[in-house]
Amino acid sequence: MKITTIAARAYIALVLILLYAPIVFIAVFSFTEAKSLGNWTGFSFTLYRNLFTGSLQNSSGLISAVNNTLLIALAAALISTVLGTLAAVGIHNLRGRKRQTMTFLNNIPLINPDIITGVSLFLLFVFLHISQGYFTVILAHVTFCTPYVVLSVLPKLSQINPDIYAAALDLGATPGQAMRKILIPMLRPNMISGFILAFTMSLDDFAVTFFTRGTIGLDTLSTYIYTDARKGGLTPELKPLMTIIFLLVLVVLLVINIRQSRQTEKIQK
Amino acid sequence: MPGKETIINIEGLSQFYGEKQVLHDINLYVRRGEFITLLGPSGCGKTTLLRLIAGFLQPTEGRILLDGKDISVLPPHKRPLNTVFQRYALFPHLDVYDNVAFGLKLAGVPEDEIQKRVKKMLKLVSMSDYESRNVDSLSGGQQQRVAIARALVNRPKVLLLDEPLSALDLKMRKDMQIELKEMHKKLGITFIYVTHDQEEALTLSDTIVVMNEGRIQQIGTPIDIYNEPVNAFVADFIGESNILKGRMMRDYRVAFIKHEFDCVDAGFGEDVTVDVVVRPEDIYFTNDPAKCQFKATVNSCTFKGVHYEMWVDTDTGYELMIQDYDPYPVGSEVMLYIDPDDIQVMKKERRANTYPAKVLGEGKVEFLDTEFSCDTSGFAEGEEVMATIRFEKVDLLDHEEEADLTGNVVFILYMGDHYHLTVKTETGENIWVDTNDIWDKGDFVGIKILPKDIKLSKPVAGNE
Repeated sequence: MKITTIAARAYIALVLILLYAPIVFIAVFSFTEAKSLGNWTGFSFTLYRNLFTGSLQNSSGLISAVNNTLLIALAAALISTVLGTLAAVGIHNLRGRKRQTMTFLNNIPLINPDIITGVSLFLLFVFLHISQGYFTVILAHVTFCTPYVVLSVLPKLSQINPDIYAAALDLGATPGQAMRKILIPMLRPNMISGFILAFTMSLDDFAVTFFTRGTIGLDTLSTYIYTDARKGGLTPELKPLMTIIFLLVLVVLLVINIRQSRQTEKIQK
Repeated sequence: MPGKETIINIEGLSQFYGEKQVLHDINLYVRRGEFITLLGPSGCGKTTLLRLIAGFLQPTEGRILLDGKDISVLPPHKRPLNTVFQRYALFPHLDVYDNVAFGLKLAGVPEDEIQKRVKKMLKLVSMSDYESRNVDSLSGGQQQRVAIARALVNRPKVLLLDEPLSALDLKMRKDMQIELKEMHKKLGITFIYVTHDQEEALTLSDTIVVMNEGRIQQIGTPIDIYNEPVNAFVADFIGESNILKGRMMRDYRVAFIKHEFDCVDAGFGEDVTVDVVVRPEDIYFTNDPAKCQFKATVNSCTFKGVHYEMWVDTDTGYELMIQDYDPYPVGSEVMLYIDPDDIQVMKKERRANTYPAKVLGEGKVEFLDTEFSCDTSGFAEGEEVMATIRFEKVDLLDHEEEADLTGNVVFILYMGDHYHLTVKTETGENIWVDTNDIWDKGDFVGIKILPKDIKLSKPVAGNE
């Protein structure tokens, strides 16, 4: 093997190690009982058992945080998928400058730092005297998730032959029926991709949630871990939880990748 | 003569896209059961007209009657018409059967009848074995058969076809033409067909509507349109032709290529300039000096399969195209004649460019949104006048520096010894130019008109 090839492979290995070492570190130490991070006291499933049987300190707080996270992510992703698909159809039917402007406006929330989105939504809710809680957190998540759905649906729309919608009308479908029976089924794969993307964005969010959750004690996983860590050391049971979440995300990512490669294969055929 | 036998009546239909008018006052009737073709180059408005009939567009002016009822404001799903689209537009997530059954299911037809009708229709288009196939796995020709079945299964009063064969290769296109014609005969449904392919139109149609620039040029049977084109555009668009400047000497006597011929046309008046069309297959070779009407020298001869195509230079300096089964060697002198029957005389559409103009001041006039210098003596400042420029007095330049205005060459007609060009200015007006220079369609040109060549006159009442 040439020396350059060896160097190249070593470099890639180094990058991968640096990227994944922290996750591997947490995963490895989720299988030991030690309270403080970095101490190996022998292999054990105790932390996993504690996590699922709920026999840990302040377990109700953690479990409700997980429930909140999933509930908020589900609601936000569902609403974003509906709004984003409709917005994509609308943007697709615009022409020229109007279309450019709308695409640009759609992209702003994507590049806007979360902290700014969070603070500005916080100020807006205060200004409008909306009491903060579930409702405002879901609303806030919808605002930054919708653009991702728009971005997943728009490219498919430009692939669809514009006469297809006309053909449905021509065969007797009302505009609503044409949307339901023809357009939505054709867009479904992209809507699902958009939904998964929105769901993971919501799951992952800290900054926006932190500023819009109000003072009723609403915690999602990210805000719970943040508070927990500040209170003096991470609860040990978070290590197995994070490992499980990482594995779930990995699975979702694989699913998305496989779906996409299947779609491109189908188009190439 | 619209009456009981007509199914569609189009009255005074005009269509604008923003400022741009794409259809001008279209009046047309379609007879029940006929195969009518809208024929014209791309951008002539034929597809717009079809989409207006289908209901995908709302007319700006005028109305469309189906069986005497105004359908112009009905949305497409309420019109008893169905369309076959250029790029098939099949539903990719449904199989062949469900594509064809789509319209019937929406109409609430009972399941067993749907099955019967879909199967029968798939048999008609020879696609019976493909019922459960994914439409993306079909070839272009098969997809188009499914698209035709999907439209016809609903038993539309009129079937609209928007260039349905243009995406197919030549062999497949020819086969499908024959099949379409047979389907039309068998089903008795009225077909409205859009195409830019003149040969396809001649093959398929009972009636051809030739369109250009949003206007109907001529309506007639294929034979009428071919043998008696009403203007140079139709003559040039349908088949090959020699289009020449002529002069009607008196009834039944016309002069062109500096020779006089007997013809069968009358009623143009005496000593009137006209356009003359002679099809290349209608110029005959002869060895009999008594029959010979003019002499020419063969300057090229190309074998075209069934016939030879020859270009000859006449003794009077014109170039003519001739098609004949026998070749004549290049350089040989030949004797030619034309039958009176085969000379088609057409009224000249225009003799010069005329534009409404406004006198801006001493020696200054404005027309075509451009200021020109010319002799304005006899006209007051601000006066509305007509400006006339002869075709051969318009200069085309390949740069815009010295030009008065710019435009694009949109139509070229070879007139035997010069080219007659239609140039569209940036504001969408036409300028016609006679020139010996060779330009290509689509060329961007500078247009220059010298002050001495602009003639002003008082506007005539009734003139545009």
